[in-house]
Amino acid sequence: MSSSWPLWEVFVRGKRGLNHVHVGSLHAPDAEMAVRNARDVYTRRNEGVSIWVVPAAAITASSPDEKDPFFEPSGDKVYRHPTFYEIPEDVPHL
Amino acid sequence: MDLEAQFERTVAAEQRVEPRDWMPDGYRKTLIRQIAQHAHSEIIGMQPEGNWISRAPSLRRKAILLAKVQDEAGHGLYLYAATETLGADRGELTEKLISGRQKYSSIFNYPTLSYADVGVIGWLVDGAAICNQVPLCRTSYGPYARAMIRICKEESFHQRQGYELLMTMMSGTDAQRAMVQESVNRWWWPSLMMFGPPDAESSNTEQSMKWRIKRNTNDELRQKFVDMTVPQARKLGVTLPDPELRWNPERGHHDFGQPDWDEFWQVVGGNGPTNAQRIAHRRKAHEDGEWVRAAAAAHAAKHAVREGVA
Amino acid sequence: MSFDNAYESLIDGHEDAHWAFGTGFAEPLAGVDREVPDVDRADLAAYCLMLGDDALVLSQRLAEWCSRAPELEEDVALANIALDLLGQARMLLTRAGEVEGAGRDEDALAYLRDERDFRNVHLAEIECGPFAGGDFGTTMARLLVFSSWKLAQYSRLRASADPVLAAVAAKGLKELAYHRDHAAQWVVRLGDGTEESHRRVRAGLERVWPFLAELFTPHAVELRLAGVAVDPAELRSEVDGVLDEVLAAAGLTRPADVPAARVNGLAGRDGVHTEAFGYLLAEMQHLHRSLPGAKW
Repeated sequence: MSSSWPLWEVFVRGKRGLNHVHVGSLHAPDAEMAVRNARDVYTRRNEGVSIWVVPAAAITASSPDEKDPFFEPSGDKVYRHPTFYEIPEDVPHL
Repeated sequence: MDLEAQFERTVAAEQRVEPRDWMPDGYRKTLIRQIAQHAHSEIIGMQPEGNWISRAPSLRRKAILLAKVQDEAGHGLYLYAATETLGADRGELTEKLISGRQKYSSIFNYPTLSYADVGVIGWLVDGAAICNQVPLCRTSYGPYARAMIRICKEESFHQRQGYELLMTMMSGTDAQRAMVQESVNRWWWPSLMMFGPPDAESSNTEQSMKWRIKRNTNDELRQKFVDMTVPQARKLGVTLPDPELRWNPERGHHDFGQPDWDEFWQVVGGNGPTNAQRIAHRRKAHEDGEWVRAAAAAHAAKHAVREGVA
Repeated sequence: MSFDNAYESLIDGHEDAHWAFGTGFAEPLAGVDREVPDVDRADLAAYCLMLGDDALVLSQRLAEWCSRAPELEEDVALANIALDLLGQARMLLTRAGEVEGAGRDEDALAYLRDERDFRNVHLAEIECGPFAGGDFGTTMARLLVFSSWKLAQYSRLRASADPVLAAVAAKGLKELAYHRDHAAQWVVRLGDGTEESHRRVRAGLERVWPFLAELFTPHAVELRLAGVAVDPAELRSEVDGVLDEVLAAAGLTRPADVPAARVNGLAGRDGVHTEAFGYLLAEMQHLHRSLPGAKW
């Protein structure tokens, strides 16, 4: 049997005055490790950054523009959207 | 409204498909396979360069190399996350990798035999990867495109790091210059193979182009890579080992020779210089880590019970 | 970077800002007074080597985990820790060379000294996995002990009469707090997790425990440098307290204190090392030594 850890969604406040923004996801055994892993993976340990981690399974989604009558595996798991807040300013077409 | 028609309209209009949208099964499967292979490539790609961390010739180079290989772990992680938006599971994909059911980029089946290889991988291999990947920042699947933007940004630093190492070595001793040239000789053809077989022999291209999962053909990207690399090689002071390489003013591109496609298929087929070693390394890490993952999961479960959380 | 030419930024520019951890290191200590305090220079240089070698050698060991960790997230975390220690080592070796005044830089000190000139403690150099000498549990046991000890040392070193050592300690303290926390989190999980993990982390603690005593045994250099160096004997009770707390939370008992015997009274701080250390240096130094005069 192979043990795998649950998925967590990571939200980061890049600096004071901004909202927490979804930056991606990761696997961790529990919340304490998830927040530490998030700091290592998504902020490369910048000091002073605020991080939230949320069990992916705890998120309920409403997204009227997305339709998935046939796709069951993800269901309403909107959490499975890795978005990355840091869009380089010099990348066009986004 | 017809879902398939809506999907096709979305893709044709260069809009992004998001995880909960309806999508054809083939699109989902092709994407999972493509992104997983890309993720596996990042993870397996840690090995050839990681091979030199313990022997890096200066402490600055050691820090740069370790940070770079660490970035590759991060890239693999982002990409596995993108597959999970499609209903895949990282653990299952890892099982497929270590049982040989899913592939990774064949380039990582070549060995790193000198420190110049660290620079040449940055310059040529990461350069070829960027050529392949930059168009994917506009790929039709949203999570993949977003992961690629972050990855491309970091890869361009890797490439610059590799080129800078080579420039430094070329300004050093004769032995170092010879080391760089020897490394370029070994990596040039495998780098050209990274774009895949010639278009005439590539099976998946047409459908993938239509779905905007792939944005340019193998031969287009290969040509672009050669055109970009030639002036860089000149500036560096190395010779690319292709007697047929020359500027063609009529085409406005360089003409160049073909890699040894028999060797390519041999490596893809599992008989490359390090295929077995790379997979064994990854399998060992995964299997050796099983008791650790199990322990953390068990602790979390006990803790959840103690806290009264379901 | 544009979509048409990913290469355009390739040749120009040399800024390091994009690296998660600076690859140069002039910056971390920018503005710090580099005056050498009025103490014996040879002693101060030797003390900087002791601290620098501790960090360098453990960094080298931790980097062996790269691509071999139990999960990708942990691979990233271990690389971060190794990079932190490498950064500390570079600042400390540079300071050692500067105080010595013989023109040796960080690389000359890291790559061109022989085994007997290295001053690190044995705990940093012993094998604790992934290749030999243990596993992830042993690695975390070593990291817990090492970082708890270093943290206690650096927190006193902040008051050092050497402004560079004080600055390195102040910066390193945050990093070491993170390393200790990481190790403690894991020791607790492994101690509490499964029977197998409990057994393995217990074996790891037993593996590293004989090397504790050396950490608290002062070297003559440390005693002569009052006001600059930290007397390691003073750290024992603080470190014991931290270890006891973590072990209690992990449901583990403290191994018996049976110190590894020294060799004619000598150990790592005197340049007398374990057998494994010669191999570590052979690997680390061979390329640098085989191309004399090369530029990297």
